[in-house]
Amino acid sequence: MKFVENLLDNVKPIFDKGGKLEKLYPMYDALETFAFVPDHTTKKGAHIRDSIDMKRTMFLVIVALIPCLLFGIYNTGYQHYLALQEEASFIDMVLFGLWKALPLIIVSYGVGLGVEFIFCIIKGHSIQEGFLVSGMLIPLIMPMDVPLWMVAIATAFAVLIAKEVFGGTGMNILNVALTARAFLFFAYPTMMSGNKVWVNAEGGTVVDGYTGETLLSQAITQGANFYNTAGVQYASVSESFMDSFLGFIPGSIGETSVLAILIGAAILLWTGVASWRIIISGIAGGAVMGLIFNLVGPEVAPENLYLQVPWWHQLVIGGFMFGVVFMATDPVSAAQTEKGKLIYGFLIGIAAMIIRIVNPAYPEGIMLAILFMNVMAPTIDHYVIQGNINKRLKRLKTA
Amino acid sequence: MSTETAVAPEKKEVVKEAVPKEPLFSAKNKKLLTDPLDDDNPITVQVLGICSALAITVQVQQAVVMCLSVLFVMLFGNMIISLMRDVIPSRIRIIVQLVVVASLVILVDQILKAFLPDIAEKLSVFIGLIITNCIIMGRFEAFAMGNKLWPSALDGIGNAIGYAWILVAVAIVREIFGSGAISFPGIGQIKFLPASFYDAGYMNNNLMILPPMALITVGIIIWIQRSKNQKLIEEN
Repeated sequence: MKFVENLLDNVKPIFDKGGKLEKLYPMYDALETFAFVPDHTTKKGAHIRDSIDMKRTMFLVIVALIPCLLFGIYNTGYQHYLALQEEASFIDMVLFGLWKALPLIIVSYGVGLGVEFIFCIIKGHSIQEGFLVSGMLIPLIMPMDVPLWMVAIATAFAVLIAKEVFGGTGMNILNVALTARAFLFFAYPTMMSGNKVWVNAEGGTVVDGYTGETLLSQAITQGANFYNTAGVQYASVSESFMDSFLGFIPGSIGETSVLAILIGAAILLWTGVASWRIIISGIAGGAVMGLIFNLVGPEVAPENLYLQVPWWHQLVIGGFMFGVVFMATDPVSAAQTEKGKLIYGFLIGIAAMIIRIVNPAYPEGIMLAILFMNVMAPTIDHYVIQGNINKRLKRLKTA
Repeated sequence: MSTETAVAPEKKEVVKEAVPKEPLFSAKNKKLLTDPLDDDNPITVQVLGICSALAITVQVQQAVVMCLSVLFVMLFGNMIISLMRDVIPSRIRIIVQLVVVASLVILVDQILKAFLPDIAEKLSVFIGLIITNCIIMGRFEAFAMGNKLWPSALDGIGNAIGYAWILVAVAIVREIFGSGAISFPGIGQIKFLPASFYDAGYMNNNLMILPPMALITVGIIIWIQRSKNQKLIEEN
C-alpha cells in the first residue's frame, strides 16, 4: 500500500496543472481517490463530512451484487448441462459460467469506463464513480449469449445518451443499466427475448421436450402450469416456486435467484445505501396488482391463463425482484422525498405487473416500468413537496 | 406546436426600406437563404416540424419526397401569402393561411398519388399533415405576412432547405443502421455494409427504425451543431 501511495505521489507533478499530462488529470484523480482517501478539503460553506463518499457507496452496491453474480455464474453452467442432460461437476458448471459471464463484465466495464474517461478528459471534470455499479449491473441483466459487440454498443449508448448528455453521474434521468438493456431489447429483439437466448445448448443435442423458455414466457402460454426447462413437468406450483426462488431457472445472468437478490437487499438495507421504502412498496405494488389480476382474471379473461398465475409466484419469476432491489433504488433516478419513494416504488410494482401481464410482447415488464417511473419521479417529488407546503400553509392560516 | 406571431413590427420596417431598388441577391436576401441552414434552422434551433422529422425519416427516399413537397408548399405558400398580405384582414389571417396551405397540400397529394403511388402510400397521412407543419405556418406568420414577394420566396426556399437537410441527414443515419442499405427508386438498394459483416454476426439495429431513435438522432445533430456554433448555446 505504501508503495502504491509513493508511486502515485511521485507521478503527481506530471498530471498537475502545467505538467506534461495535465489533460489526463481526471484519470490520475480517479485512480488516486479509488485507492486512498483523498486529501480534498471543503472549500465553500460548512458541510458535515462522512467517511462514506460516493466511491464507498458504489462499492457497497457491488458487494451486494456479488451473491447474484456468483449464483448467476453457477446457474449459467447448471442450465447448460441440464439442457444437454450431461453429467457435470460443480467446478465444470462454474467454469462454463465464468467463460460466459466474464467477457460480458470485461466489455461492459471497458467500454463504459472508456466513454466516461474520454468525456471527463474533454470536459475537464473529475471522473465520477457512477459507472462502477452500472458496469456490474449491465452484464447481470443480459442473457449470457448476447454478442459482445452488442453489449459494447448498448453500454456506450447508455453512458452517452442516458448519462453524459444530461451532465454525468448524478444528473441522469434514467437508470443507466436499464437504458442499456432497453436499447438492446428494442434494437436486437432476437438476441434479447424468445426461447433461444437464455440457455446455452451448444456442443450437444438437447433433450426431448426441451424449450429453453424462461418461466415468464412459459407462464404466458401455460398459465400456472410451468414445466421444467428440461421438459420435466413440475408436480405442483409450489415446486416450481422453490426453484424460481432459489434461482435454478433460465433467465438473465443475475436475475434468477431471488435468494441471492434478498441477500444483496439485506446488505443494501443494512448499510443504508438503498431505500427500504422503495423495495417494500415495490414488492407490495407487484403483489397487489398480481392479486387483482388473480381475482378478476377468471371472470374477465378466462382464456388468458397468465392472469391466473398466483401473485406470490409472479414476484419470483422474471427480473421483478432484481429490478426492484437494484434498479428502482438507484438514488439518482428514483424519487427523492420519503413519501415520494413510497409512491414511486408502489407504482413501479403495479406498472411492472400490468405491462408483464397485459402485454405479453413485453414479458419483462419491470424494465419498462422502472424506466417509466424514472421519468415520473420528479413529478412525484414535486407534488409531494407541494402537498407539504400546502399543509403547512393551512396550519399557518388556522393558527 | 407553436407558431410565431410577430407580424406588425416587421411590416412597417420593410415598407420603408423598399424604396431604393435592391439587387436580387443582396447580402440581406442571401441571408434569408443561408440563415435557416444553420443559425436559424427550423428544426434544430426553432424546434419546429419535429413531428415529421420523427415520423418519415426511416427511409431516405421518403424523406426526400417529403422535403420536396414541403419545399413546394413553402415556396408557393410564402409567395401567395406575400402577394395577398395587404388584403388579408388580420383577424382572419390564420384561416386564410390555412386555406392556402391546404390547397397547396392537396395539390401535392394528388400529384404524388398520380405519379409516385408507392411512396404516396408509404407517406400516407404525413403529406396531409404538412398542413399542420409548424414551420410553414410559422414562416407565413413571421415572414410572408410582412415582406414582399421576392424575399418571401427566398425565405421559403431557405427554410425548406434548412428543414430538408436535417430530415435527409437523420434519414441517412436511420436507414444505414436500421436497414443496412439505402434504397433508391429506380436504382435499387445500395448496400453500405458488406455481407461478411452479417456473417460475422452483425445485425441491423431495430431501434433505429422506431421513432425514439429519430428523436435521439435529431438530438445528436443539435449537440454537434451547437458545439460547432457556440453562439447557439443558451445561457441559463
